[in-house]
Amino acid sequence: MNAYLQLFDEIAPQLPGSHRPLMQFARGAALARFSAEGFPSPREEEWRYTNISPIEKKLFKPAPAVAAATELNGAVDELLERFGLADTDRVVLVNGHFSAALSRLDAIPEPLFVESVGHLLHSDPERVESLINHNLDRNAHGLIGYNGAFFNDGVLIDVPAGYRAERPLQILHIATRPDTALVSRNLIQLGENSHLQMIECYLGPEGVGYLTAAVTEAAVGEQARLDYYRLQQESDKAYHFNGLYVRQDAGARFTHHNVDFGGLLARAEIHTELGEGAECQLTGLFLGRGRQHVDNHTLIQHRAPHGTSSENYRGVLADRARGVFQGRIVVHPKAQKTQADMSNRNLLLSDDAEVDTKPQLEILADDVKCSHGVTVGQLDAESVFYLQSRGVDEESARNMLTFAFANEMVEKIELPALKDLVQAQLLDRFPQSGIRRDWL
Amino acid sequence: MLKIENLHVSVEDKPILKGISLTVKPGEVHAIMGPNGSGKSTLSHILAGRDGYRVTSGSVSYHGQDLLAMAPEQRAREGVFLAFQYPVEIPGVSNIYLLKAALNAIRKHRGLNELDAMDFLTMIKSKVKLVEMDEQFLYRAVNEGFSGGEKKRNEILQMAVLEPHLCILDETDSGLDIDALKIVSDGVNSLRAPDRFFILVTHYQRLLDHIKPDFVHVLAHGRIVKSGGPELALDLESRGYGWIDQASLEARP
Repeated sequence: MNAYLQLFDEIAPQLPGSHRPLMQFARGAALARFSAEGFPSPREEEWRYTNISPIEKKLFKPAPAVAAATELNGAVDELLERFGLADTDRVVLVNGHFSAALSRLDAIPEPLFVESVGHLLHSDPERVESLINHNLDRNAHGLIGYNGAFFNDGVLIDVPAGYRAERPLQILHIATRPDTALVSRNLIQLGENSHLQMIECYLGPEGVGYLTAAVTEAAVGEQARLDYYRLQQESDKAYHFNGLYVRQDAGARFTHHNVDFGGLLARAEIHTELGEGAECQLTGLFLGRGRQHVDNHTLIQHRAPHGTSSENYRGVLADRARGVFQGRIVVHPKAQKTQADMSNRNLLLSDDAEVDTKPQLEILADDVKCSHGVTVGQLDAESVFYLQSRGVDEESARNMLTFAFANEMVEKIELPALKDLVQAQLLDRFPQSGIRRDWL
Repeated sequence: MLKIENLHVSVEDKPILKGISLTVKPGEVHAIMGPNGSGKSTLSHILAGRDGYRVTSGSVSYHGQDLLAMAPEQRAREGVFLAFQYPVEIPGVSNIYLLKAALNAIRKHRGLNELDAMDFLTMIKSKVKLVEMDEQFLYRAVNEGFSGGEKKRNEILQMAVLEPHLCILDETDSGLDIDALKIVSDGVNSLRAPDRFFILVTHYQRLLDHIKPDFVHVLAHGRIVKSGGPELALDLESRGYGWIDQASLEARP
């Protein structure tokens, strides 16, 4: 920890917003939190199944901004080629830094506002200060503290009231440098009755080890709608933490699709608070193989009456992979007439694979409808036999059923280009025998 | 041809089939009737290759090959088809996907090319009409949310597409209303052919009003206790299975 405190003293003056008293205070408070808590450990209830001690063993310095385009290796182009979607507005962050060269800001139609958090802290700091740290729990864990102290850029998205974005906005976070940290703080605001579709991708070249510690805060105004797709396809050596903290005003609708495929050790947090009559849908698919550890932590807080939430996560774990699903729903005393349901189903493909699933309902109001269900299991033997009895060999039958289990979640993606991309990723992950893409 | 000789089958050391012998020739339809627990379903499962059964003695030869030595998919590719009593729901796999996968696995085994998309679709559509199904069903997940009747019709659709030699229908009539029973029976009848043979496993005679068998066998306590023509089924209908139980007890050595 001392090394991080020393690091902070060294680099604090160069961090964006260092000339602003409010930002100095905010970074200082975050550092104090990080210093007091350290990196989260399994001793904390919310981190019970995830041990991030490998991260602690190294000193992860926030990656510096890429000095020149020449420093970008072919890996960035290749990842953009593979994951960049046509017909979207595009923002690219390389090593946590906004890249003006790779982003397509010029094409973003007025009045949608998209800008680098780092730039704004120089040119228009109030804009950042009015949004930052608003949705974070005071008792945030150490990794959020780390992000709050060290973030060196990010993207701010402001959708004015009544504006409905025509095209989805894609944000690509790309890592290139081994042994560094990508520390972005992203801020999203949707005005009343506005609509935005976002696709956020976390990517890195295979074989490169780094730490992503990204935090996003989103405020969804009254009757606004935010459709948020997240594709986590970090490198196989990457440590990944991504927290998304959402506040939904009355009648706001938030849908989140979480596709969690990459990384060596990955933790996603998706937390939302619902105002009166707000609605949220959380959908997730996580895959693990080799020694991957994939953790999804969700928290839905119904704070006002007539809210609806629906959560549906699936995990597929192979080899020695470990998956974690912690889903917590809190219905506060005022939140009468809440409807909430949660489902988590997991498929274990090997004896050494493991999944820990922990649904939690805390219901403090009396007039509510809540349900939850979890399953952990292997492929259904009866289904395998049924397919075999139709001429499909056993291995293909197993592949078909595994693919089908995962693909049902992919089918929920409403953007066709993204659905194709995720489906291709999914097919890459599983043995192909028995699965024919052209038949789907 | 299917030749079952002195077949003994146990489940967890409990004998279920105790010496079944039966020969079914191309073009023939054999009905296997019997009360619950007589071993009817075990017989159809063992022919299709389901796990969980142990053959303690006897043999099954199919077109001269040892059927019991073959994996389930191998049997299917050689032309054995089991219409399930309880067809399995497979979320995420569309009906048409399964039909393609199954048909192509079988065609490949027979040294034929994959059907191209157009030919496949034309063929499928004609078969769908045969069982009076809506084409929408092709694009739905296999059996998911289907009614009992729709599931059974879907089994017959698969049978029609895969064109097997040996068709085993395991209590296909159970849970069907009169209309569905007629559709299913018409489907089966239209598939009758000189090189195709059927085993109808059923509890009730009513299926045999629609699909006329050449032979009827009565199974009780794991043995065929009586064989005869279609009139035997009518006999069972009027007298019930009680007298069979008695007969089989008396026949026991």
